[in-house]
Amino acid sequence: MGQITLDKVSKSFGSTDVIHAVDLEIEDGEFVVFVGPSGCGKSTLLRLIAGLEDVTSGRIMIDGTDATGLAPAKRRLSMVFQSYALYPHMSVRQNIAFPLKMAGESKDSIERKVADAARTLNLADYLDRKPRQLSGGQRQRVAIGRAIVREPAAFLFDEPLSNLDAALRVNMRLEISELHQHLKTTMIYVTHDQVEAMTMADKIVVLNAGRIEQIGSPLDLYRNPANRFVAGFIGSPKMNFVEGDAARGQGGETIGVRPEHLDISTTDGAWKGTVGVSEHLGSDTFLHVHVDGQPTPITARTGGEFTLSHGDTVYLTPKAGKVHKFDGSGLAVR
Amino acid sequence: MARAVSTRRKITMTIIGWSIGLLIFFPVMWTILTSFKSELDAIATPPKWFFFNWTLENYQTVHARSDYFRFMMNSVYLAVGSTALGLLFAIPAAWAMAFSPTKRTKDILLWMLSTKMLPAVGVLIPIYLMFRNWGLLDSHVGLIVVLFLINLPIMVWMLYTYFKEIPGEILEAARMDGASLTKEIVYVLTPMSVPGIASTVLLCIILAWNEAFWTLNLTTSNAAPLTAFIASYSSPQGNFYAKLSAASTLAIAPILILGWFSQKQLVRGLTFGAVK
Repeated sequence: MGQITLDKVSKSFGSTDVIHAVDLEIEDGEFVVFVGPSGCGKSTLLRLIAGLEDVTSGRIMIDGTDATGLAPAKRRLSMVFQSYALYPHMSVRQNIAFPLKMAGESKDSIERKVADAARTLNLADYLDRKPRQLSGGQRQRVAIGRAIVREPAAFLFDEPLSNLDAALRVNMRLEISELHQHLKTTMIYVTHDQVEAMTMADKIVVLNAGRIEQIGSPLDLYRNPANRFVAGFIGSPKMNFVEGDAARGQGGETIGVRPEHLDISTTDGAWKGTVGVSEHLGSDTFLHVHVDGQPTPITARTGGEFTLSHGDTVYLTPKAGKVHKFDGSGLAVR
Repeated sequence: MARAVSTRRKITMTIIGWSIGLLIFFPVMWTILTSFKSELDAIATPPKWFFFNWTLENYQTVHARSDYFRFMMNSVYLAVGSTALGLLFAIPAAWAMAFSPTKRTKDILLWMLSTKMLPAVGVLIPIYLMFRNWGLLDSHVGLIVVLFLINLPIMVWMLYTYFKEIPGEILEAARMDGASLTKEIVYVLTPMSVPGIASTVLLCIILAWNEAFWTLNLTTSNAAPLTAFIASYSSPQGNFYAKLSAASTLAIAPILILGWFSQKQLVRGLTFGAVK
């Protein structure tokens, strides 16, 4: 079991409020991602759940019991840290065995569980090495191994992939997703990378300045962002925002259109502009178009073979039904 | 990036390095040389460097006249006792300051260090009177406590800078893994800081071994360490330099040997955190 409920959880450091009365339900077996810009409080929220920080007010329930005052070890949660936090003086085997040793398990059972974890994570050949003799990806796997041997109620990941290079990050992302499908244990994953959030999560919690902006499935957030912040944060490249008459004509103070929801034409369309920078990715091309009357360029996504160059005139037209409208305070108008 | 260094520059730097080293070591070397001279050779002008009648006579005299072993054992008791007592207090103190600092932690550290700036003689009379009233004069316990208090700020500072380098996440990981505070210290913090603790211990043993002000003022015979042993060969006997040198050589030999074997550890401890 791994059902976690946050009930009006707040956290202040001195006079600075970092988390503002957060309510959240995490179901057993869910993969929940906390995402938001740096300093939004996502790591603090995870540390509150872990018990590494004390809540200022509110309650944290794990599987129906109040865990607010429990020591980290008593919450039956495992954590994987950004820096891996392996014990440098212990071998891989001792690192993975450490939580079991602390729990006072028998030698046989420790050995069996370490071997199981090592097999799951392809670490069997490295058990006698020290962490410093491992690559970044292997260290990350040891950290995960140390987390899974305890068979916790939930896993907590604090930006676990941000120290890895891009290619390895994609691999590890898949490995963690596969691990989740295999173990079916609740996972809470903190990241600032919305691509990780979109690809891994069952449920995304978007945080900003210590408040939850929106909770929902990746596609839900993509299709129906509750406000301008979520609309701009989820999706890559970022959603374009258009203000002024063009927006009021559509019934909002601001309208948002994703780059992939713009039709591009060289002859006619809603907004006329000139091509600034075009980024060719092979599979896609991103055009940054300077539209008359708009202060910032609008990004449009098109096919990889599209050939328009700097200074060419283009017309952009938002696809029907794909325009997001926001009122003066940034809330979505439905 | 490596810098190109000319051969001439290397030679100059080597000569300067050796000169400074020898200059610092000269008094020790001169003392050792003098200890093998006759009293007459010891005061000869111009001084005799290596060509004199080498003799062990001074050592025999010193050995016959005073109980070197008892003084040395006192030094060992005081140095080891004060350092062990220091660790008992300094590790938890440094731990708290490094991993659970408050707004005042920096002030406390500075305040602790500031006690080292006080001239010891300023508190000699009150401490002497306290020792007299409590019957602690010339006792091991009394001196161990004084030496422990003198070295405590340095121990806390050294351990604090060392602990600061240990990432907090590792200790948090241990906490998540179910380690109690004691287990966290025993299984994770201490093994990770063995080099730091070792260099702190070494430095404090050396400082306590060499401490002369309090050991001379608060002891007479029972708890008198090697500093008192050397002192007993100075003024009352007149200028018997050769015997004084023999006594000094005997007194510094154990710590010199310890320092020689542990110099790598000491340098690492003293410069820790200075370079990454």
